[in-house]
Amino acid sequence: MTQKNINFLITTIVIIFIFFIFFISLNKKNIYTNEEIKIKNIESFKTKELFSGNIIDFTSLIDKKKKITVLNIWASWCLPCRDEHEFLMELSKIQNVTIIGLNYKDNKDNAKSFIKEFGNPFDIILIDDKGLISIDIGAYGVPETYLINNFDKKIIKKYIGPIDNVKFKKIISLIKL
Amino acid sequence: MTSQLGHFSLIFCIFFSIFIIFQSINFFFSKKIIFKSSLLSLIFLQLFFVIVSFLSLLTAFLYSDFSNVTVYNNSHTSKPLFYKISGVWGNHEGSLLLWLLVLTLFLFIFVLSSKKVENKYKLLTIVFQEIIIFGFLIFIVFTSNPFEYLYPTPNEGLGLNPILQDPALAIHPPILYLGYVGSSLIFSSSLSAIINNGVNPEWAKHIKSWVFTSWIFLTLGIMVGSIWAYYELGWGGFWFWDPVENVSLMPWFCLTALLHSIVVLEKRNFLKKWTIILSIATFALSMSGTFLVRSGILNSIHTFANDPSRGLFILIFLFLLIIMAVTILFLNYKSEETRPNNFILLSKETAVLINNWFMMFFLSVVLIGTVYPIFLEVLTNEKISVGAPFYQKLMVPFLIPFLIFMSFGPRLRWIKNNFNKLNFKLIFIFIVTSLISYIIVKYSGVRYLFSTLLISSSFFLLFNTLVDLFKKTVQFPQKISHFAFSVLILSILINGIFSKEFNSNMKVGDELKFMNKTIIFKSVNFEEEKNYKLLKGNFKIIESGKKSLNFIPEIRIYNQPVVSTSEADIKTTLFNDNFIVFTLLKEDEIFNVRYQYKPFMIWIWISILALTFGGILAIIKK
Repeated sequence: MTQKNINFLITTIVIIFIFFIFFISLNKKNIYTNEEIKIKNIESFKTKELFSGNIIDFTSLIDKKKKITVLNIWASWCLPCRDEHEFLMELSKIQNVTIIGLNYKDNKDNAKSFIKEFGNPFDIILIDDKGLISIDIGAYGVPETYLINNFDKKIIKKYIGPIDNVKFKKIISLIKL
Repeated sequence: MTSQLGHFSLIFCIFFSIFIIFQSINFFFSKKIIFKSSLLSLIFLQLFFVIVSFLSLLTAFLYSDFSNVTVYNNSHTSKPLFYKISGVWGNHEGSLLLWLLVLTLFLFIFVLSSKKVENKYKLLTIVFQEIIIFGFLIFIVFTSNPFEYLYPTPNEGLGLNPILQDPALAIHPPILYLGYVGSSLIFSSSLSAIINNGVNPEWAKHIKSWVFTSWIFLTLGIMVGSIWAYYELGWGGFWFWDPVENVSLMPWFCLTALLHSIVVLEKRNFLKKWTIILSIATFALSMSGTFLVRSGILNSIHTFANDPSRGLFILIFLFLLIIMAVTILFLNYKSEETRPNNFILLSKETAVLINNWFMMFFLSVVLIGTVYPIFLEVLTNEKISVGAPFYQKLMVPFLIPFLIFMSFGPRLRWIKNNFNKLNFKLIFIFIVTSLISYIIVKYSGVRYLFSTLLISSSFFLLFNTLVDLFKKTVQFPQKISHFAFSVLILSILINGIFSKEFNSNMKVGDELKFMNKTIIFKSVNFEEEKNYKLLKGNFKIIESGKKSLNFIPEIRIYNQPVVSTSEADIKTTLFNDNFIVFTLLKEDEIFNVRYQYKPFMIWIWISILALTFGGILAIIKK
């Protein structure tokens, strides 16, 4: 083999190596990590309801007859929230669960028209207009979904980022457990 | 309606691409290699249809046609006209269309402006350029179509990211793209030159103006980006070693190296293969930049829609182009490079080579800092982030010899030098530099050896380039650019070393002391603008013995989408910038206030402008 061919071979191998590294990292999602946190009590908070404007205590919504409460933080301006909305709609068909929406830093009218347009999967929608409640709960951003065990009011699972097929199946299996 | 027009124009363009490639190859292999004007008309028609397509997207934005998905996602009726226009390229789909527009436009200009060059070289350049255009067209039409239809038509759009509502940022992508796309033309023409065995001084002379053009736009593009970061992000800096910034800096190093080596090729018929490698590398780096940003592998404020299928397409396309280029380089390049007989160590050729080594070193540092975290994560699943200290530690020690070398490298002549005259002036400058550095170090309390050396070497460079300004032996554009570069380095240094920052939480009425200044938070006013709410802070800074300064920084809370941004108030003078920015902490009452004192800030922008001005002169003089 001549020097030239060896150089060519080495260059090609390096290029292919770089290609595969990029290829693998392309399929890694580094924005949303599916974090499973330590079991922690849900913070109690009081805030307004979106449609009626009544002030509601979050813990009063936890219904001991049902097994699990799903708390979903969303906003009308949040595009990934649109993607996960169909999964929430699907989830709302299940009897054994309460779905609570926490509307994050949103314009009320936009939030209402969002619900009008895409349907309402939530049993109740609470407002977090300053984003402070979400911070207390420990959210990183929107969308985020928490599964709360109604029996001891503890967060059993937290999903950062939109619900997709994989997460949806996990949630279903947890609810039906 | 306009959307359909745009969409079909793009599809037309795909056929034009295929047809042009076919025709060019046909001409290339015909017995008598000819260049028919029909080919030029085809290229013009392709450009025409891309323009039609671009204009129809623009119209959709202007008329807020929300049946177009791109418009719906990125615009809003309440948005000012200027930002409706810049919204066209403020998103993934539209920015690709802009890439395409510039690609076809440059090809057209290239064909028009190269009447005198050989036909076979011209034809192959067209083929390679059309392959790139074809790739982009397929990419746009099949994975990132800006003309997708939405039904039922929404009444209102989702708005453009308000951080992007800034004049500097509105023009930042187009300028940067002009630089990137210019490099694609250098790439195509160098491949064509290899195949035609035409890597020679004539080629260098012909492609040189494109190298300069790309370099000018790339430099300006990077500058506008930094200006935006400085004014809009409110962090007080202008360069953050953010991966996405680095991605634009890498082709810049490469292009700067090419800028110097192409002159050697032109004048001395030397550094042929190296020049070719640089041409290919510049384009590869520009494209990888686009890939890394668009695919979402790198995360930053520049994040666009993340869609793995898009990333995959660019990745495959990019590597096909690189492998094609490498194969052509290895198989077709006839190495006939012999060192010129009269090659002497101390000559301009060597000076350019040393410049290139430094550029390659800086490039590798940035490359490693940017790409290494990606590799590490894939190979070991470990996440790290590389920050400013890494770059500073690795670059600063090499910056010192670079600056010293740059002080007299450009004075060396082609082929051979006589040394006798250099010495006296150099010694004089050296003494002056030492004195000034001593004074600065003594009175400003710089404690680090590196800072001292850096300041001395950049003053040394400054005086040397200043002396060169009045010399006749050095080319005029080069004089300007080198002098501007020395001013740039010096202002960055002084700015970096002597900046002062104050950061505290304040309520209205608070007074705080900082250095020998008093900062008073006088009041906050609330106002309502067309597409945002406004909080205007009113600050006063009193310094003993000087006029007091009033600052009115703003917090903007945008309606669509609801995002708040901080607008710094900056008082600029020739010698320093005073900078106040504030953000909301709690209940419209407590604010985080940051005051910064930044010396010589404006000289950074002025010197970059002068640097590019030198480049423009070089093109005109040609």
